[in-house]
Amino acid sequence: MEFIYYFGDVFSPLSFLLLLGGTIGGLILGATPGLSPTMAVALLIPFTFQLEAVQGLILLGAAYTSTVAGGAVSAILLKIPGAPANIATTLDGHTMAKQGQGAKALQLSFLASAVGGIFGVLLLIFLTPVLAQWALAFGPSHLFWLAILGVTVIGSLDSASVVKGLLSGCIGLWLATIGFDDIMGAQRFIFHPALGGGINIIAALIGLFAIPQVLTMFAKGRRTAGAEVIEVQKHSILAAMRELFRRPRALSIGTLTGSIIGLIPGVGGQIAGLVAYDQTKKFSADKDKFGKGHSEGVIAAESANNAMVGPSLVPLLTLSIPGSPTAAVLLGGLLIHGIFPGSDLFDNHPDVAWTFINSMLIGQVLMCLFGLYVAGLAARVAQVPQSVMAAIVLALSVFGAYSVQSSMGDVYVMACLGIGMFFLERFGFSAAPLVLGLILGPIAEANFIQGGMIADATVGKASYFLTGGLNMFLIAVVLASIAYSVWMELRARRHTTKEEAMA
Amino acid sequence: MNRAQHIVPSGIVFAVGCWVAWISYTQQPAEAFLFPRLIATVFVVLAAWTFGKAVLGLSKVGAGVSRSMIINLTPGLLVALIYVFWAAKALGFYTATAAAFFILLSLYDPAPHSEVWTWIRRGIITGVFVAVMYGLFALLLNVYTPREILF
Repeated sequence: MEFIYYFGDVFSPLSFLLLLGGTIGGLILGATPGLSPTMAVALLIPFTFQLEAVQGLILLGAAYTSTVAGGAVSAILLKIPGAPANIATTLDGHTMAKQGQGAKALQLSFLASAVGGIFGVLLLIFLTPVLAQWALAFGPSHLFWLAILGVTVIGSLDSASVVKGLLSGCIGLWLATIGFDDIMGAQRFIFHPALGGGINIIAALIGLFAIPQVLTMFAKGRRTAGAEVIEVQKHSILAAMRELFRRPRALSIGTLTGSIIGLIPGVGGQIAGLVAYDQTKKFSADKDKFGKGHSEGVIAAESANNAMVGPSLVPLLTLSIPGSPTAAVLLGGLLIHGIFPGSDLFDNHPDVAWTFINSMLIGQVLMCLFGLYVAGLAARVAQVPQSVMAAIVLALSVFGAYSVQSSMGDVYVMACLGIGMFFLERFGFSAAPLVLGLILGPIAEANFIQGGMIADATVGKASYFLTGGLNMFLIAVVLASIAYSVWMELRARRHTTKEEAMA
Repeated sequence: MNRAQHIVPSGIVFAVGCWVAWISYTQQPAEAFLFPRLIATVFVVLAAWTFGKAVLGLSKVGAGVSRSMIINLTPGLLVALIYVFWAAKALGFYTATAAAFFILLSLYDPAPHSEVWTWIRRGIITGVFVAVMYGLFALLLNVYTPREILF
């Protein structure tokens, strides 16, 4: 119950102001199609340099939470999901809006998001300290396998092609080795002076997540959003609350599905929303109403994608393994303030850890309160022409990358990685495993070297890294995640071939 | 999507993988390249697999690059490249940002180019945006950006 002691810190004037600003800004950014939560958080990192670590994290955490929820606004009012996590919301939310129930759909989406989000953060509060203590038992070999696990799970589950996902992870791990070697001081892969100090994580994150979006917007040409905002009629918030609690099945399936999926590294909000929607439909007595403006569809999808947010931070805060691309960006935000996740975070910086987690809890309530009022404005912002959005994001990326170390080298690295990633994405490669490789690479290497030294002095490398219960369990999970993804890919291909044959 | 489209990116990735493996296995001190060797081995195997599939025409994943997409993308990409690799340093961040922002807006804004009001609106949006950027980065965050010949 240590977290209760730090509740007051969230309400210090600057922290609360940042929480409020992050929440409202996040709602508006989230509603803007093309601005994903990961990209929004990456672009915000440079603004946290001047802040204390905890304040910076409060801002990033608020933006993360509310961008996911804000995506529902454009999903409901414009039929354009603000983020992949809101795809399932579009199915019933937009139909409700077309039927004149836009306000009700928005209210249900924010209320369900808040319930799911609070449950998810409570899970984070109660699971994290236990796992952080458990993580103390981890030696270098286990941490090495955990880092590899982080890359392979995302590489295999987050990509359309397992091989290309894993290859993206390898590229990230290689990029992480660029620069001077920590132990021998040797130069590695420095083919340009800008890379002398290695690849800066923040500049890389901005490049990998923001620049491909900018180029995607350019690639669409001179095009209007083409979607009209549906006007919302007034609807009683109490009636929406009654409706929410009249649908406990959808709410509980959404919340539980989102929480469980959030705990699995690599499985994002998009999957949480769709799985929850599908499961709720399966167990519903009104199966036929789904897709035709049924409130259960909105409740299930939105409670799931927000319930995922808290648990997705559990592996990050306990084991330093970011479970999602956004968590990887948050890890970048922690590292620039010299704070390392794991038991160290809870033992030496409990104020930072608990104030941050508490702020996410309060952020859920603020998001629900303000979401209902900001929705109209957010939907109008979502109509801003893509040309304006692309130019804004490009300029923010350049300024953001430069402000990390006041170095033009970082801007060049950001641009090169971003342009490269845009083209690689067009051919099935994925940014998420590449980013995780880049972030987890140094952790994997440090533990590989340290473990190698211990192994040489004791049982030998093969025994040290490949035997022992925990090592074998982690290796089994790595192999299982790859095997599962290969099986899923083959199954999908078989289905496609059958459909092609039928056609 | 034709086979050649897949061959080019997977070929480049394979070439990079081979280069990484070559450097990892030939450079000294060997201890510093232990981890890169591990990565490079997996990198080359996966890249060879991807390249092989592309050559055999079995690569199916990804939307590829269409002609219309390239036509839409090229002007914006060129402006972005000039902005990042030359103008930001040579003209100063704020001047370069204003110029790049206005050009990109003019290139991609769906509003008609023939109306005077459209150009005035673009100018106003650019001015407001650069003022906000100056307020955020120069005044709030105290980031000293290159000012060079202009501002």
